[in-house]
Amino acid sequence: MVNLSVSLAGVELKNPIIPASGTFGYGREFAEYYDLNVLGSFSFKGTTGEARLGNAQPRIAETPGGMLNAVGLQNPGVDAVIQAEIPNMARLFHGPLIANVGGFSLDEYAENCRKLAACPQVGILEVNISCPNVHAGGSNFGSDPNSAAAVTRAVKAVTDKPVFVKLSPNVTDITEIARACADEGADGLCLINTLLGMRIDLRRKKPLLANRTGGLSGPAIFPVALRMVWDVYEAVKLPIIGCGGVSSAEDVCEMMLAGAAAVEVGAANLRDPYACKAIAEQLPAVCERLGVENIAELTGAAH
Amino acid sequence: MSKTVFTLERSRPLTADTYELVLSGDASDITRPGQFVNIELPGRFLRRPISVCNWTADSLLLLVRIAGAGSQELVEAAPGTRFDVLSGLGNGFDIAQRGSRPILVGGGVGIAPLYGLACRLIDAGVSPTVALGFRSGADSFYVREFTELGCRVFVATEDGSLGSQGFVTDPVRRFAPECDYVFTCGPTPMLRAVHGLEQFTGGQFSFEARMGCGFGACMGCTVPTTGGYKRICKDGPILYKEEILW
Repeated sequence: MVNLSVSLAGVELKNPIIPASGTFGYGREFAEYYDLNVLGSFSFKGTTGEARLGNAQPRIAETPGGMLNAVGLQNPGVDAVIQAEIPNMARLFHGPLIANVGGFSLDEYAENCRKLAACPQVGILEVNISCPNVHAGGSNFGSDPNSAAAVTRAVKAVTDKPVFVKLSPNVTDITEIARACADEGADGLCLINTLLGMRIDLRRKKPLLANRTGGLSGPAIFPVALRMVWDVYEAVKLPIIGCGGVSSAEDVCEMMLAGAAAVEVGAANLRDPYACKAIAEQLPAVCERLGVENIAELTGAAH
Repeated sequence: MSKTVFTLERSRPLTADTYELVLSGDASDITRPGQFVNIELPGRFLRRPISVCNWTADSLLLLVRIAGAGSQELVEAAPGTRFDVLSGLGNGFDIAQRGSRPILVGGGVGIAPLYGLACRLIDAGVSPTVALGFRSGADSFYVREFTELGCRVFVATEDGSLGSQGFVTDPVRRFAPECDYVFTCGPTPMLRAVHGLEQFTGGQFSFEARMGCGFGACMGCTVPTTGGYKRICKDGPILYKEEILW
C-alpha cells in the first residue's frame, strides 16, 4: 500500500494531484463526471476584486502538443465567489481548497487574499503574479523581483494561511523571482504558469487569438516546467507545486523527482475530463513499480 | 454527458468538402437535437466538436465539413476506427417552444442539427417549413432527405444554380411570411440576418465557437448575452432570440 499523502506548508493533502486554476472552473462541470474527492485539492478559477468578462473571441487555439488560451481571468469577482461558489465547492470537495488570487494593484491582491483566507474551506492561497492574458496587471508583477516581493509582502501581511506564489516562466531567470518571494516570507511557490505564445490564421493573415497572444499549455511545455522546478528547488528551500504539461502519473513522478511536493494538472483536464481521476488512480501502481512506499520521498530525489 | 467509444461504420462524401459519417456506440446521453459530441483525434490536443445530425440509442449520424487537418483526418478515417467521444454536450433545441408555425433555417453544414430537429418535430405532430442555403448547387446536400420527411423545403444558393438566387433569408421572407418561430444554425452572418427578420416572435439560434474543453470548464467560448456571459459549449450552443447580442 503506497502512502500518497503529501504536505504543503503544513496543509495535508491525501495525494499530490491538484487540478490547475483556470482548467477546472469551480469543479461543477467535473463533478458531473466523477467524485472530486479522489483529488488532493483543487485550485479554483483565478479570482479578482471586481467581476471580469475576459477577452474577446476567439480565446482558444490548438498548437502541436498543446493549446493557447487567452481567456483573461473571466470570473464573477471575489465577493460573488465567496458567496456563491465556495459553499458549492465545499459540497463537491471535502478537503482544503486552493484559492488562486489575481489582482491589478498591491491593495487588490491584499484585499482579495484577506477575504478568501477568511473562508474556512480555503487551505492555501495561490497568488497569481503570472497571468499572461491580462494587461496592466497579472504577469507585470511576476516579471520583476521587486514587484514579486512587494506582492508577497502585501499578501503575507493580511493572512496566516500558507501563501504560494504562482510564477511566470516568461522571465530571464525564474530563480531570481523565486528568491525574491522567499525572502518576503512566501510559504511556497507554484510553477509554471503558461508560456506566452501566438498563432496566425493563414486565411485571414491575422493573429488567430483576438488578444493576439495567449498562454501555451499542454504536454509541449512539460520539459520547460520540469527544468524550472529543478532550478527553483536548487535555489530556495520552499515547497513547490509543479505545474506545466503534466498528463500522466509518470509525469507526476518526474515533476516530484525534480523537486515538486505536489503537482497541478492543467490542460489535460480540457482534453479529458477524467484526466486527474485517471492520474490519481494510476499513481499507486506507478509508485510500486518505482519501489516507492511514501510518494513524498520522491520530492527532489533526482538532485 | 459521458465519455464513450464510438466506432466509425461508414463515411461518404456529400459534396467536395462535406461528409456524412455513421458511428455506432452508446448514444443514450444525447437527449435533444442540437446537442454536440466532442471527438478526440490521435495526435491532436483538442477534441473536435461536431453537431449531432441525428441519432438512435446506439448510433450517431454526423455531417462534417472539412475545416482543417483534424476534420480531414476524421472524414478520411477507415471504417472500424474507434473514437473517444464526449457525448451529449450542450443544451440542444427545446421543441416545446416552437410558436404556431415553425421554420428551420440552415446554412451550409449548419443544416446538420436541423435534420434531427425536423424528425423530432414531426414525431411531435408538427411538420416544419425548411429553408436551406448553400453557396451553389454543387455544395448542396440533404435537400432530398428533408423533402422525404414531408417538410416544405425552400433552397437558396448564392450563385442561383439551385433554388432561388441569393441568401436563405430571401425565400423565408417571400414564401414563408406566415412562419412565426425560427430554429436556425449556420454561419454567423446568416444567423444575424435571420435574427433581423421581423416576422419571428421567437427563435432558437445555434452558435459555433472555438472551444477548449466543450463541457464548460475553460471559459474559452463565452460570449456576452442579455443575461450575462454564456458559454457556447455548456449554456449553448442554442441561444434564444431575445438573449443574443451581436
